Amino acid sequence: MIPDLLNTRGRKQITLLLILALMSPLSWAKEAAPVAEDPVIEKRMLALSEDLRCLVCQNESLAGSRADFANDLRREIREQIKEGKKDQEIIDFLVERYGDFVLYNPPIKPTTYLLWIGPFAFLLIGAGILFFYLKMRRRQIEEPPLTADQHRHAESLLKEDKGNNA
Amino acid sequence: MRFLLPLAAFIVLVGFLAVGLGLKPREIPSPLVGKPAPVFQSPRLHEPDQILSSKDNLGKVWLLNVWASWCVSCREEHPLLVELSKSGIVPIYGLNYKDKPELALQWLGQYGDPYTVSVVDPEGRIGIDYGVYGVPETYVIDKNGVIRHKQIGPVTIESLENKILPLIKELQG
Repeated sequence: MIPDLLNTRGRKQITLLLILALMSPLSWAKEAAPVAEDPVIEKRMLALSEDLRCLVCQNESLAGSRADFANDLRREIREQIKEGKKDQEIIDFLVERYGDFVLYNPPIKPTTYLLWIGPFAFLLIGAGILFFYLKMRRRQIEEPPLTADQHRHAESLLKEDKGNNA
Repeated sequence: MRFLLPLAAFIVLVGFLAVGLGLKPREIPSPLVGKPAPVFQSPRLHEPDQILSSKDNLGKVWLLNVWASWCVSCREEHPLLVELSKSGIVPIYGLNYKDKPELALQWLGQYGDPYTVSVVDPEGRIGIDYGVYGVPETYVIDKNGVIRHKQIGPVTIESLENKILPLIKELQG
C-alpha cells in the first residue's frame, strides 16, 4: 500500500511535510521570544503564577496557559511587581477577585477541611478495613486441631524423615 | 453477602459519579458576592468622550452584563436581555470586554442594544476587578452598590425566572 503512495508527487509532498515539520520549532521560538523585558520581574511573575490556576482552562497554571485570560492576569501580576507589591499582596489581590479557587495550594479553613483531611481519612478507613479483614480471615483459616490418629501418623512421618536424614 | 458488598460499593460509586456529573466546575463561586461592586470609571461605547462612573448608579438596582462581539454565548442570551430591557424592570449596563468599539457597535446594530449605557474595557482591567473569567457574566448590584448575585455564562429563561428577577424584585422593594 505505502509504496503505491510514494509516486513522485507523494514523495515531493512528504519532503515538503518534513521540511515544514523541521521548521515549526523555529516559528514557535519566534512567537514566544519578546515577552520578558525585565528578567527579574519575569522570574518572580513565573514563580508566582506557577501556583495559580487559570480559571478558563482549569487544569493549567497561569504560568503555563496560553489563554488570553491568563495572559491578562500575567500582565497584571507583572505590573503589580513593578509597582513594588509583595508576593502575598498580589496573591491576596487575586483571591479577593477570583476566590480560593485560583490557588493551587488552598488555605486550611472549614470549607477546605474535607479537601485537606479527606485523603488521610480515606487512608485510615482503608487501613482499618484491611486490618479487620485480615483478622477475620486469620480466624477463618485457623488450623483445625488434629485427631489423635492424625497426630500419631504425623509423628511417625516426622520420625521417618529424621531417620532418613541421619 | 458475597455479592452484596461489591454491589453496595458499586451503588455508592455510581452515586458519587452522578453527583459529580451534576456539578459545574466552570461555575466558580465569586468571593465578590455580598461585597461592594468595584468602582470603575470608563468611557462610554457610544460616546467615547464621556465617562461613566459606576458610582452614578448608587441608589438603584442595576445589572452589569459583561459582553463582547467575539463572544458566541453572548448571542445566545442577547434576545433575553433585549426583552428584559424593553420590559423596563431593571436597567442593564454593558461592560464591553476586550472588544473593538467598531465591532461592538456593529454587533449592537445587528442584534439590538439592550444597554442603558455600555462602557468599554478594552484591556480587560475592569474585568479583572470584577473577577470576570468567562464572558458573558452578569452581576446584580443593589442600591448600595453591593454585588448580590453573579451569573456565570449566558442568562437563560430559567436563571432569569428562578433567581435574577425575584432577586431584583426583592432588592427594589
